[in-house]
Amino acid sequence: MSSIPAALSPRRAAFFGGVYSNSHALEEAIRDARRRGAEALFCLGDLGGFGPHPGRVPAILREHRVTVVQGNYEDSVGHDRPDCQCGYTDPRDNRFAQIAYDYTLANTPASCKSWYRSLVRTLRIEMGGRRLLLCHGSPRRQNEFLWRSTSPVPFLERLLRDYEADVILCTHTGLHWGRTLPSGGQVINVGALGRPANDGRTNVWYALLSVGAAYEAAGPAPLAVEFVPVAYDHERLAREMRREMLPEEFVETILTGWWTTCLEILPAREREAGRF
Amino acid sequence: MNGPQEAGRSCDAWPKVEMTGLDTVWFYVAGTLCNLRCTHCFISCSPDNRSHGMMTLQEMHPYLDEAARLGVREYYLTGGEPFLNREILPILEATLRQGPATVLTNGLFLDQLTCRKLRAIADASDYSLDIRVSLDGWGPEDHDRIRGAGTFHRAVKGIRALAEHRFLPIVTVTEAAEGVGGIDGRTRFLELLLSVGLSRPRIKILPLWRIGAEAGRARGYESWERLSSDATTPEGLAALQCSSGRAVTTRGVYVCPILIDEPGARLGARLEETLRPFGLSYGACHTCYVSGVTCRT
Repeated sequence: MSSIPAALSPRRAAFFGGVYSNSHALEEAIRDARRRGAEALFCLGDLGGFGPHPGRVPAILREHRVTVVQGNYEDSVGHDRPDCQCGYTDPRDNRFAQIAYDYTLANTPASCKSWYRSLVRTLRIEMGGRRLLLCHGSPRRQNEFLWRSTSPVPFLERLLRDYEADVILCTHTGLHWGRTLPSGGQVINVGALGRPANDGRTNVWYALLSVGAAYEAAGPAPLAVEFVPVAYDHERLAREMRREMLPEEFVETILTGWWTTCLEILPAREREAGRF
Repeated sequence: MNGPQEAGRSCDAWPKVEMTGLDTVWFYVAGTLCNLRCTHCFISCSPDNRSHGMMTLQEMHPYLDEAARLGVREYYLTGGEPFLNREILPILEATLRQGPATVLTNGLFLDQLTCRKLRAIADASDYSLDIRVSLDGWGPEDHDRIRGAGTFHRAVKGIRALAEHRFLPIVTVTEAAEGVGGIDGRTRFLELLLSVGLSRPRIKILPLWRIGAEAGRARGYESWERLSSDATTPEGLAALQCSSGRAVTTRGVYVCPILIDEPGARLGARLEETLRPFGLSYGACHTCYVSGVTCRT
């Protein structure tokens, strides 16, 4: 686990997850976060997969000084592993996951791979006197899924206790949610910039956290959490995906907002909310 | 042959699984009582098997309280047949107040009224409710041979009733259905589920544990079907469900939901006292490790 750089104690910060090579959404989210006064930008991993041209996203992140935590995709691609480690058992899900992974692996520049290997798995920062722990899946496993409907309060309190944090931020599922717990702790899944949230809308999401105005007088309190929708040129992304011969099922998700693949991992509640 | 003594080694010789933290609790809410007498049941559940009894809501409360203190992530309600338990719906409500739950059923009691009540309970909870229904084969000829005459059509009717109430049931199939483990078999099974009215079928394939009734239907474990420390890896052991789960019956807390008929697998009366390493000395442990299976959804 990395130590806390002293400079990382912003009053307002943006947290991006699951970029999946969606460079257009990433650029729009960065612009939006700056416009909203974010002093620091973080990305919780899974830079590639699903979308086209995986070399673009790392360049944008570095240009805008986004601090990046390693996701399972960076671990896999960085080490030339055979798959993305998402652990699908359904043959259809596996086939599409493998198509996305093989394309990303083949098109990721070598310089990105060495950078991926160097990324930290967890990062600790501070905001308004609160200890934040940034990770990809969960603090204990890079590829653990923390869904809203299967992450009960006692379990989240345990994670906060075990990992000595006031706030845990994660991604990996692609769906954003947050819980403020009876202890005052917070767990926030920041969602994904790479594809829509399986809700029939084409926008994607990121999380904006702010220190409350009363912090100086009253001391640490739960951070204000805002999930921000990001509209971007999704039709341009779809055209690029088609040019790269990525599956039409992926393009359909970008154009409709409904997930069409890799549905096996969804819990009943989240699956019921989708179309497929 | 399932136990360690029969295999001729002392318990110290087996690979041990560390308990990494209690994520999963199984409740045998129906004990070993079932309306069916399936020929492959690994704990020989039946209408007259009372070796583990029905759990009352009152009996479950201390375990639920303990589970909350320990930060448990998910719950499973099983048996036997859970819907034989007259308190199953209040038990489910109490469980879902605390975390996500999965109910494992043969589907025979899933009528319209029950499904309507289940839907209301699911909608009132912040957490996910999964219903797992067992089908053992491609049609009545396979399924009914294992589960009894007429059970295939009744289970399918239950599955349809769930779908009509917006559930997406997980259909569990064991490898007693020949060929289901391969991609072709899985695809064929998905087609079967589409044909009976599940528009978004979800399936889980389970191996057969060669204990209980299954030892008589096919065969029991051979003495070589045991794990040894030099044939296991730390990652493989950590992936086993006994590294993060326990099973509760009216007789106490067991290492996993498979071994509740093994006295050596009973680890205590309360959850907290069972959070210790376990030696993988049983034939069933060999099946879990080699197949990579978890009973979890």
